[in-house]
Amino acid sequence: MTSSSSYVDTRILGSVIESRLAERLPRTVIEELKTILMRYQLTEEQLEKLISEVEKELEKNSVDPGEPVGMVAAQSIGEPSTQMTLRTFHYAGVRELNVTLGLPRLIELVDAKKTPSTPLTYIYLRPEYKNNREKAIEVARKIELTKVINVTLRIDVNFLSNAIVIILDRDMLEDKGVSVDEVVKVLQKAVKKAKVMQSSENPYEIIVQFEEALDPTKVERLREKILQTRIKGVKGINKVIIQRREDEYVLVCEGSNLAELMQLEEVDYRRIRTNNIKEVESVLGIEAARTLLVEEIMNVLEEQGLDVDIRHIMLVADMMTRTGVVKAIGRHGVMASKDSPLAKAAFEITVKNLIDAAAKGEVDKLLGVTESVIVGNYIPIGTAKVGIIFNPHIKK
Amino acid sequence: MRGSRKKASLDLLSKVLEHELVPKHEILSIDEGVRILREYGIKPEQLPWLRASDPAAKAIGAKPGDIVRIVRRSPTGGEVTVYRYVVPG
Repeated sequence: MTSSSSYVDTRILGSVIESRLAERLPRTVIEELKTILMRYQLTEEQLEKLISEVEKELEKNSVDPGEPVGMVAAQSIGEPSTQMTLRTFHYAGVRELNVTLGLPRLIELVDAKKTPSTPLTYIYLRPEYKNNREKAIEVARKIELTKVINVTLRIDVNFLSNAIVIILDRDMLEDKGVSVDEVVKVLQKAVKKAKVMQSSENPYEIIVQFEEALDPTKVERLREKILQTRIKGVKGINKVIIQRREDEYVLVCEGSNLAELMQLEEVDYRRIRTNNIKEVESVLGIEAARTLLVEEIMNVLEEQGLDVDIRHIMLVADMMTRTGVVKAIGRHGVMASKDSPLAKAAFEITVKNLIDAAAKGEVDKLLGVTESVIVGNYIPIGTAKVGIIFNPHIKK
Repeated sequence: MRGSRKKASLDLLSKVLEHELVPKHEILSIDEGVRILREYGIKPEQLPWLRASDPAAKAIGAKPGDIVRIVRRSPTGGEVTVYRYVVPG
């Protein structure tokens, strides 16, 4: 340690790297570089060399102008996807729930379906609730959609006394945490022109006594209405399972209803998750939908053991969310927003696209790849994307 | 009934920006917006769009014509700044 002056002080090392590389390198890379270089005693010369080496590497790894990133992404996702098994049902994590995975799920995501075939919601609870199993069960019971049909053993229509008699299932009542009084109360509210009461002989029997004579043609609908009456719970949440994850209890729900679940005070609304992209779009916005889309696609691919770079997925998600709404990759979504009629005709429904374009008198400027291939031009990619602009009127 | 629903949706909007999936949104001033467009050399419509009806746009009060800066947390680049142009709809 004789000539300490030639060494770069580790305290200023960070700021030197920062000033040289900030704005050009991603944050994470700069931080990583800093923590690694901190460990070494470097001379100024060495540091200089390292930084120029990093710059060189950055240059080497950046995408060149004119690089067909879309085609590279398509190939990089398409090839591994062909190896994906078609097996739909997997028991991922929970035995009670089956989740669509693999190719069907990937197609669902890319097609921007309104609701996934197996909508799921993961509810994280507030600190007061998350470590206590009893409280978690309480919340689960509160949000699980319970209808009269779920606690009914038998339902009979009695035309002689103009009444509908419901016999409740004792075990189910207990399981769902519902009392007979509650059922009576909700039915009284739901059924018009009738008196709902508990039978005097059997405490689990409810009699719906109508004022007017029952119309045999309408009785079926009436019965259905009684059975579908909601006792409690959140609409759309059909089944709730309590799962322990690390140090907290998480509620896994079949179905989704973000807007209502986020309002509940027991729910940690910052962390609630669903796999329903369209719903996230309408409740949390397009940026949240984009993030979720990337995550979901990556999960599908990773689950199948396919190693696809996340940047390709990000490009796909960016294209799908470009217009502010989630659009499918297909003739109704992203393709429909193309300017060129020839490119659209080359993709799907050729004749209709050509006729529409002709009827509207559309002009194809031949700027894209597909239309250039069709007419035999060079495709505007890489070196062929570069043009020469000459302006004879420019003044020296 | 009508009133309670409206109040509930306002309540929800304030929660939207706090959700972990939603990145930071902020409206740019006109000067900043012009600077960004000049830097990229594009017209505002060429930016990705953000609908005025988008919950995040409503939460920050963005109106059509605004440019919104979005700071995403990216798994590859740490923090990434993107811009969206607010369009009606």
